[in-house]
Amino acid sequence: MVMDHKYKNLESLRAGLSVIVYPIQATMDLPVTLSDWFSESLASRRHLQEENESLRTQQMMQQVQLQKLAALEAENIRLRELLDSSFKVGEKVLIAELLSVDLDPYQHQIAINKGELHDVYPGQPLLDARGVMGQIVHVGPYTSTAMLITDTSHAIPVQVNRNGLRTIAIGTGTINRLELPYIPNNADIQPGDLLITSGLGGHFPPGYPVARVTAVQHDPGLPFSQVAATPLAELNRSREVLLVWPGKTTVLDTGEKSPAETPDAAQAPAPDGVQTGSQAAPAAASGAAAATASEPATAEDTE
Amino acid sequence: MILARHHGGGIIVFTFIVALLLTIMPLPEWARYLRPDWVGLVLIYWCMALPERVGVGSGWFAGLLVDLLTGTVLGQHALALTLIAFLTIKFHQRVRLFPILQQAFTVLVLLVLHQLIVLWISRFIGRPAAPWHFWAPSFIGMLIWPPVYSMLRGLRHGFRVN
Repeated sequence: MVMDHKYKNLESLRAGLSVIVYPIQATMDLPVTLSDWFSESLASRRHLQEENESLRTQQMMQQVQLQKLAALEAENIRLRELLDSSFKVGEKVLIAELLSVDLDPYQHQIAINKGELHDVYPGQPLLDARGVMGQIVHVGPYTSTAMLITDTSHAIPVQVNRNGLRTIAIGTGTINRLELPYIPNNADIQPGDLLITSGLGGHFPPGYPVARVTAVQHDPGLPFSQVAATPLAELNRSREVLLVWPGKTTVLDTGEKSPAETPDAAQAPAPDGVQTGSQAAPAAASGAAAATASEPATAEDTE
Repeated sequence: MILARHHGGGIIVFTFIVALLLTIMPLPEWARYLRPDWVGLVLIYWCMALPERVGVGSGWFAGLLVDLLTGTVLGQHALALTLIAFLTIKFHQRVRLFPILQQAFTVLVLLVLHQLIVLWISRFIGRPAAPWHFWAPSFIGMLIWPPVYSMLRGLRHGFRVN
């Protein structure tokens, strides 16, 4: 037990043994998967059409926003080139699904259906559509376990989006509450402030939303103010989560594509965004979503 | 003779697998904290009924699987269940003869001991103190012991596990 807690020697043993328990987890997950499958395959035509319609509208809206984003991204990269900054805007991501199994109720952990075979590594950041969820702690071949940001042994380096004030957000063991215990009494922070990852810990990529400040209390008797925040990610509701590889850049990889083939694709958009003035050939970007979206950006810049 | 002595091992494994499934079965948020220790109950039954077949080793292995499934420190449940198995075997001849209510109280003591060890280890590695409802699973385990007992006994007699 001491070995497991203090050192990482037993991590490989845990990974090996997790293959044994995988059938048990899969059995428990089966009813949910089956009911999902049934409700999808037995849905009525009208329902599907409606859904299709609404998704199409949504996609249209997002496409418009994405065009703007692409322009901004290209501009941002160019400006950062000028500043010699090594900030990367996009990261490689993969969508994983939660296994519907319960873990220890006194630890905030979740099991997901991606493992070592999908290049998941311990310490990897985990997001959902709204913000940071947590990080991977144990990796098995087919599954892995992630710790949520609200676990009592979890801390995440954040900064206030409004003024760049850096601090650390610590889990409280309550699913909708984070604490920021190291903020001086005179610091500029107020309820409603958005907290984003600062990227200082090295684990989490910078710039992702984490939480929103809900309460700030100044007690003159205490050295620090008491600041509480609510995580933006739907920690106990999301079923799909995003795994992020902070080092690898710029392709929004939505499919089950094997990670091995992405570096080729990942290289295409970066020069595409940089040589904004010249006629960047969009054909080079081999069908990747982000790359095609940057096409309007180049057009806009040349005008 | 030897074949006759070792009959129905599959049933024992099956009950343990069902117990493990129940351990990770998704429950609503309020019920998660009340989930009884299924693996502990099944282990106590088999240690009491067939101490020569299910013992400390099985307890340790089952506990290890619980640790893997619930994401706790490896060995936490393994140690606790090992102790339960040891105590049950130590007293199995007495507990077997108890009336069912008295048996349920013995089970309560064993389950509380199990939780005590789990709590002790998790405090040791810096987890926060447990709220009062941390102890609820033991009492629920005691309450459901009579049905669990008669069901497992039915299985044992039905499939002639000995």
